[in-house]
Amino acid sequence: MLGIVGTIPDKNFPLEQGPVRFENDRIKINERWIAVNRGTPALLAAAVKAGEVLGQPLPYSYLVGDIGLGDGSRRLYENLTREFPASDFSTLTFHYLQPDVDWHNKVLFAVEEMKRRPFLIADAGFMYMAKMSGQSEAYGLFTPDAGELAFLADEDAPHPFYTRGFILHEENQMPDLITRAYKHKNAAQYLLVKGCRDHVASKDGVLSVVDSPMNDAMEAMGGTGDTLTGIVSALIASGMETPDAAVMAARINRLAGHYANLTPASRVMEIIAHIPRAMAEIIPH
Amino acid sequence: MSLFSLFKKKKVPGSTKGEIPDRGILVFDNTSEVIRAETTLKAKGLNIRVMGPPPEIRSGCDLVIEFPLIEELNILRALKEVDVAPLQAVPVNSPLLQPVDLFQTKDFGRYLMVRAANMKLTIDKESQTIVNVSGGGCPDVPYLAQEMVGRVLSDAPDPGEIGHTLCGYALKLAYEEMKQRCLERS
Repeated sequence: MLGIVGTIPDKNFPLEQGPVRFENDRIKINERWIAVNRGTPALLAAAVKAGEVLGQPLPYSYLVGDIGLGDGSRRLYENLTREFPASDFSTLTFHYLQPDVDWHNKVLFAVEEMKRRPFLIADAGFMYMAKMSGQSEAYGLFTPDAGELAFLADEDAPHPFYTRGFILHEENQMPDLITRAYKHKNAAQYLLVKGCRDHVASKDGVLSVVDSPMNDAMEAMGGTGDTLTGIVSALIASGMETPDAAVMAARINRLAGHYANLTPASRVMEIIAHIPRAMAEIIPH
Repeated sequence: MSLFSLFKKKKVPGSTKGEIPDRGILVFDNTSEVIRAETTLKAKGLNIRVMGPPPEIRSGCDLVIEFPLIEELNILRALKEVDVAPLQAVPVNSPLLQPVDLFQTKDFGRYLMVRAANMKLTIDKESQTIVNVSGGGCPDVPYLAQEMVGRVLSDAPDPGEIGHTLCGYALKLAYEEMKQRCLERS
């Protein structure tokens, strides 16, 4: 089963855990409905949609409200350290969470106590923490964008905000940045780097590049990286090998965006609606 | 991977002295400012401590305040409210690191995107309406997007006022750069 950990941009949203549904353009956990704009709700919506196509069970999620003060994230971390040791997931995806190295390490200890060690995916704030704590290699997949790849490649930067200027995050620098991130052990087993051209990489270098269909507008849109992480999470949880899942997810996300006829002002729901169609076209029958 | 190998000590990024990598330090001109800042931040429940400055810091007094780096924006705002401005706010592991100061812009025709560090802000050039906020990984990013998207740039809340983290800080820089560019266009 796929587990997803993240936050909701509402300081009053309580800590909730349970299976997540997607109905009428909103996600639902227990009796709470959540709008899907970007962030963890977008990741969840994409994972549910992809999981439906793959015949997978609903993802199980741990969610809490946090608007950047970290109070919700810390309550969630405390809950995870209690819940994880007795839990069973094949794949766990960590998303928008307040970076806190101490809590990151406690959560990772709790994961190690699980009977079956899940495949770990980290994106957004939790990926920042994984790098800051020096534990990137404990993860199976990171899904950075170009700017975040530069942060992973900069062995001194504690946050993308402090990435040194000489480490340019231009598209043509990606192979060098990937090499540098692995050299300093700041990358997961695999990387799926989101950009104008998506790169799938490992310590051996770039394995695949996905660049079509090309849609510039996706760079400006909030949530397109979240949908990609949701899709790849569902594919990996279904049993697909990570490099194949990463390439397929990149192609699905791009094709769904192509069908949505996006502009820089589009909303991520427009992509999510087209995920099943894109998957039907790309996944071999 | 075993529990022990997982937590086998690895050099923390940028660390030479084993500091906690997610902390920053605030440098002040004099000790009385340090004390006022400490009082203010502790009263807000923030996890800070007063300590001696690292050798790389060559300005300020003999005391600095260590703070959770990710909450830099929130902390600087709290200090501004009581009129105590630090000389510097830097990562504890690498005090010589500077915030990104490079902006990248992308012109989509009708739309203009500005990127600062990991944050991107896009507006409709005609109406100056914020149409999207993307990038970033801290939990205030979805919140900031929720509050800003759909608003005209001049009426939108300043991410420096309602954000809390370094991602919020980066968005504030992108927002200020975008306002400057719009001013130049008009």
